[in-house]
Amino acid sequence: MAEFNTHILVCGGTGCKASQADLLKTNLTKRIIDHGLHEQVQVLQTGCFGFCEKGPIVKIQPDNTFYVSVEPEDANEIVDEHILKGRKVERLLYKDPKTEEKVGDSKHMDFYKKQVRIALRNCGFINPENIEEYIGNDGYAALGKCLESYSPKEVIDLIKKSGLRGRGGGGFPTGLKWEITHNVAGDEKFVVCNADEGDPGAFMDRSILEGDPHSVIEAMAICGYCIGASKGLVYIRAEYPLAIQRLKIALEQAKEYGLLGPEILGSAFNFEIEIRYGAGAFVCGEETALIHSMEGKRGEPTFKPPFPSESGYMGKPTNVNNVETFANIPPIINKGADWFASIGTEKSKGTKVFALAGKINNVGLIEVPMGITLREVIYDIGGGIKDGKEFKAVQTGGPSGGCLTIDFLDTPIDYDNLIAAGSMMGSGGMIVMDEDDCMVSIAKFYLEFTLDESCGKCTPCRIGNKRLHEILVKITEGKGTSEDIDKLRMLSHVIKDTSLCGLGQTSPNPILSTLDNFLHEYEAHVEHQSCPAGQCKALMQYVIEDEKCTGCTLCFRNCPVGAISGEKRSPHYIDQKLCIKCGVCFEKCKFDAIKIA
Amino acid sequence: MKKIKLNIDNKTLEVPKGTTILDAASVVGIDIPTLCHMKLHDMNIENKPGGCRVCVVEVKGRRNLAPACCTEVAEGMEISTHSMRAVNARRTVLELILSDHPSDCLVCAKSGKCDLQEMAQNMGIREIHYQGAQSHYREDTSPAIIRELDKCILCRRCETMCNKVQSVGVLSTINRGFEAVVSPAFEMNLDHSVCTYCGQCVAVCPTGALTEVDETGAVIRALSDPSKTVIVQTAPAVRAALGEEFEMEAGTLVTGKMVSALRRLGFDYVFDTDFAADLTIMEEGTELLNRLGKYLGGDKNVKMPILTSCCPAWVKFFEHQFPELKDIPSTARSPQQMFGAIAKTYFADKIEVKRENLVVVSIMPCVAKKYESSRDEFAVNGNPDVDYALTTRELASLINISNIDFKSLPEEDFDQPLGESTGAAVIFGTTGGVIEAAVRTAYEIQTGKSLPRLDFEELRGMEGLRKATIDFDGTPINIGIAHGLGNARQLLEQIKAGESEFHAIEIMSCPGGCIGGGGQPYHHGDVEILKKRQKAIYSEDKNKTLRKSHENPHIQKLYEEFLGAPMSEKAHHLLHTKYFDRS
Repeated sequence: MAEFNTHILVCGGTGCKASQADLLKTNLTKRIIDHGLHEQVQVLQTGCFGFCEKGPIVKIQPDNTFYVSVEPEDANEIVDEHILKGRKVERLLYKDPKTEEKVGDSKHMDFYKKQVRIALRNCGFINPENIEEYIGNDGYAALGKCLESYSPKEVIDLIKKSGLRGRGGGGFPTGLKWEITHNVAGDEKFVVCNADEGDPGAFMDRSILEGDPHSVIEAMAICGYCIGASKGLVYIRAEYPLAIQRLKIALEQAKEYGLLGPEILGSAFNFEIEIRYGAGAFVCGEETALIHSMEGKRGEPTFKPPFPSESGYMGKPTNVNNVETFANIPPIINKGADWFASIGTEKSKGTKVFALAGKINNVGLIEVPMGITLREVIYDIGGGIKDGKEFKAVQTGGPSGGCLTIDFLDTPIDYDNLIAAGSMMGSGGMIVMDEDDCMVSIAKFYLEFTLDESCGKCTPCRIGNKRLHEILVKITEGKGTSEDIDKLRMLSHVIKDTSLCGLGQTSPNPILSTLDNFLHEYEAHVEHQSCPAGQCKALMQYVIEDEKCTGCTLCFRNCPVGAISGEKRSPHYIDQKLCIKCGVCFEKCKFDAIKIA
Repeated sequence: MKKIKLNIDNKTLEVPKGTTILDAASVVGIDIPTLCHMKLHDMNIENKPGGCRVCVVEVKGRRNLAPACCTEVAEGMEISTHSMRAVNARRTVLELILSDHPSDCLVCAKSGKCDLQEMAQNMGIREIHYQGAQSHYREDTSPAIIRELDKCILCRRCETMCNKVQSVGVLSTINRGFEAVVSPAFEMNLDHSVCTYCGQCVAVCPTGALTEVDETGAVIRALSDPSKTVIVQTAPAVRAALGEEFEMEAGTLVTGKMVSALRRLGFDYVFDTDFAADLTIMEEGTELLNRLGKYLGGDKNVKMPILTSCCPAWVKFFEHQFPELKDIPSTARSPQQMFGAIAKTYFADKIEVKRENLVVVSIMPCVAKKYESSRDEFAVNGNPDVDYALTTRELASLINISNIDFKSLPEEDFDQPLGESTGAAVIFGTTGGVIEAAVRTAYEIQTGKSLPRLDFEELRGMEGLRKATIDFDGTPINIGIAHGLGNARQLLEQIKAGESEFHAIEIMSCPGGCIGGGGQPYHHGDVEILKKRQKAIYSEDKNKTLRKSHENPHIQKLYEEFLGAPMSEKAHHLLHTKYFDRS
C-alpha cells in the first residue's frame, strides 16, 4: 500500500451499492487506468461510511475530501479534476444545511465531528475483503496479545474493568457474561455471535459485518479463548447477503493466515467459526430462540434459567454476544480497559452506534460516546429536523423502546437514563419525529411490527398484542372511547408483567410512553375524532375551497376513484363517501385550493 | 440435597433446590391454577412450555410476575400467589385466551370436562373485557380424531405427547404470532400424515380442540333399527375406568353395571372383547412357540423377536416408521378384530342372522380402534367386521343420553358364548398384560407342565421400558415390554441394528397401556388415576377362577366346532392379517 499516494474510497455498503456504487467504482478504476495512474492511486471499496442519506459516498485520502450523492457518471470528473488537477469537485461536496456552505472534507462535517468511532473504526476506512488492511490497522494484534501474554481470566478481568455492556439491547456486562460461561464446567462450549439484527431501521450490525468482518472474527476467537470454547457460530439473517459474503471471505482469509483453525499463532488454542442462517424472525434475536433456531428447532424462546451460559447450543455452555459488542473487544484489549472506561458515563462506558432515521437532515449510522445528549445527536450530528419543522419526539430502542419528548433532549444518553426516561437503548434504532407525526399511529406502527414478529408461544404476547393493536386501530379510525385508553394502559401493564420473553415484556412500551407523553393526542382522537397531526386518514377530509378553486379540472382528472365532480371553470366538489384519501388531488392542485379538514 | 427456605402466602417452608414454585406451593396445600402445564409423575412426561401464563405469581423484588410452573425457588423468596397484581394478571390472561376461543360451550364435546371452562368458572370470569378477532381454521376430520383448531389454546400438551412421548412427530406449532397453531406440517390433514391415531393428544387436550370422531348417533340408529341384530364387545380396560364418568372413584371395577347398562341400551347380545383376547393368546402364543421352536432349533430364516400386534396405533406406527420390520410382529389380529371376524361368521351362523344384518359395536379405551375397524382388510365385501368402535367416553355419553342411572344399576353377566373369558384376557388392558397372558399359555403348551405360579410380578409396573427373563422349564425366554411409542422406538432401533436380546416384546402405544388409552375418561394429568385402573385390572384377574386363556371352555369349543386348531387355515383366514409399507 505504501506505494500509493492517493486512495479513492468508495462506499460498498448495501445502501450505496443499491445506488450503483459498484458501477461508480468500476468507472473510477477505469479512468485511473486510462490516465496510467494505477501505480499511484488506489480505488477501494470500503464498508459503510454511515452517511447513508447522501450516498453513494466517495472519500479521497489523504485529504479527507468527502463527495456525496455521487453517480457513476461523475467518476471521470472526479479523476480528471480532483486527482489530476488537484481541484475539488465543488458540486459534489456536502452542503451544510445550517450554513448552506459547502464543506471540503469530512473532518469539518458536523455529522462526523462529534462521533467517536470504536466499533465502526474501520468501516469506510479499509477494504473489508482484504485481511491485510485489517491487520495493517492493528487487526489481530489483540488476539495475539491475549494468546501470548494473558490468561483467559486476565482477559475477562480486563473486559470487566472496561465496563463494556452488551450492545444488543439488554446492556448486560460483557465481562461478567464471559466470566459466568468461563466458570461453568463443560467438555464443550460455544461462542455465538448474534447477528440477527431486526429492529426497524437498525443496520449497525450489518454495517460492521459488511465493513469490518475481521473485528468480529477476532473478538469471537478472543471470547473462545476466555470461556474455553473452540467453536464459534455466527447466527446471521439470510437477508444480509453482502454481510454473509464478506464474512465468508474474511473467514477463509483468517483460516489461510492461521488466525482461525488449530494452534492459532503457535499457541495451544484452536478455534473455528461456522455461519448459521436465520430466516429473519425478529424473536430469534432473543438468545434462547436464536439457539433453538440454530439447532434446527422452531425459533421461539424458552424460560430462563437455565441461561445459555449453563445450557445453550446443544445443551452446552454458550456465550452469546451481539456483533457490535464483539467489535468493541479488540480495541479494548489493544488500548486498555482504562482508555475505554474513560469514554462514556459512570455506568455506561464507551460508545454506542445508532441508526439515525426519520424526520432528520442527516440520516445514517453514527457512533457516539455514551453520555452525549439527544440534542447533540439530533441537532449537531443529525443536522436538525427536516424542512425546518418542529421536533416532536425521538423513538429509541425499536419496538421495545419508547418515545422521548423535547423534555429529554438534554438527557445524557446511556442505558440507565433512557430506561429512567421511559425508553431504552435497545440495539440502537433512533427515529426522529416531527410535528406531522401522529403518536397514536406511531404506537400502532410498532405494534404492527410486534404482531408480525411475535412467535405466538405465550398468551399475552400472542393475543394481548393483537387486542392492543385492535384498540389502536379503533382509535385511529375515530371509533375509540375513553374506556379504550384505560384498556390500553391496563392491558399493556399485564402484557409487560406476564410475557415469556423480552419481546412481549417490552412490546407495549411504545404505547405506554406515548400515553405518558402524548395523552392529548389520544384524547383528541377519542373525544373529537380528530388527528392533530393530520395523519389518520379515517379522521381527515380533503375539501375544496370554493374561493380558490379555478375549475381547472386537474384534480378531477387525477382522482383515481372518481370522487371529484364539477363543471369546467367553476368550483369542484369532493364526494367524501367515495374519497379514499389518497391525497393525489392535494398534491396536484396548483392553486392551493384543497385543504385537509 | 440442598434445601431452600422460602415463604408462600405467608407460609414458611423448606423444599429441595430445583423445586418449582408450583410444586413448592402444593407442599403447603396451595393450588396455583395451571393450564398448559402437565406433569405425569413417574412416567417422565412433562409439558412445561411456560406459555399460557395463567400460573403467574408475584415474587417480592422481582420486576415482573413469575410463571410458577417453570420458576425454581430461591433462598428467601417471598411469594404471593393471590396478590391483587397476580390475580388481575391471571384473570386478564385468561380473558385473553377466552377472547380467542369460541363460546359455544353448550354444544362442545368437551363441555363439563374442559379445563378452560372450569378455570373460567373458578376465576369468576363473567365478562371478557378484551374482545377482538378470533382465529378460524377449517375442521380436520380423520377416521379417528377431529381437530377443531378454533378451540386450540396453544398449551402444546398434544405436541409434547406426539413428539417427546410418542416420537411420532406429526403435531407441532406452525405459523407465528396470532396465527400460530398446532398442526401437522404444511397444515396437511391428519389422515395424510403419519399419525398413528394413538389419541394421546386427545387424552391431554384441555379443551375441545382435539376430540374423537363421535359415532354415538350411528349406534343409536342401529339400535333402533328392527332389522338389525346389534351386538357389543367391551375391551378389558373399559370396565376399570367407565365408573369415573359417573363420579365413581378411579379404579372402581364396573363390569357388571356396564353389562347391565349395555343391555338397557338395547344391545341384543352383550359380549366381551376379553373372549377374543383369550383367542388372541391361542393364536399369538402358538405363533410365538412355532417361531421360537424354529429359532432355537437353529433355523436361520426365522426372525426374532416376535412383537405383539394388539394395538392398532402401534401397528400403524411401524408401518410408517419401520416398514422394514413389518414381518416381525405377530400376524395375529387384535382382539377387537378377532371378535368381529368370529361374530360375523361363527356367531352369525349360530343365531342365523345374515352378516349384513349383524351390527358389531365395540367399546374401546382407544380412538385408534376406530381407524383399525375401518381398515380395508377387516371387511368382507365392504361390510366391516366391526361396524362401530366407540370410546369409553362415548359409551358414557350413550348411557347419559338414555337416562340410565349408572350408579344404581344391578350387576349383570355377559352373554354367551362370546362373553366368557379368563383372567389372562383381563390384563390385556394394562402394560405387561398381553405378554403375561401369553406366558401363562405358552409355558404350559411348550413344557406340557402346569405353571408353578400365575402372577409374573417381573412383567408388571409402570416403567416405560421393562425386561424380564422367564424360565420355560430350562429355556430362558427374554421378554421386553414398552409402552409409549417413544419407548417402543428404542426397542425397534435395537432390532434394526441386530442388537435385540429379546425373544418376545409387548408393545402398547399409550403410556400405561390401554388403561391410559386415548378413549378413556380424561385423567387431567393425574397419573394416580392410571395406577388405580391398573390395580383394578389385576384384581379382576385375581378374582377369576380361570386365569389361563387355553382353559376358557368357550374358546376350546370354538376350536372344536369351527376353527380346528390354532394357526389352522381357517384361523389364519379369519384371525390373522398382514402389514403394509406406509413409509
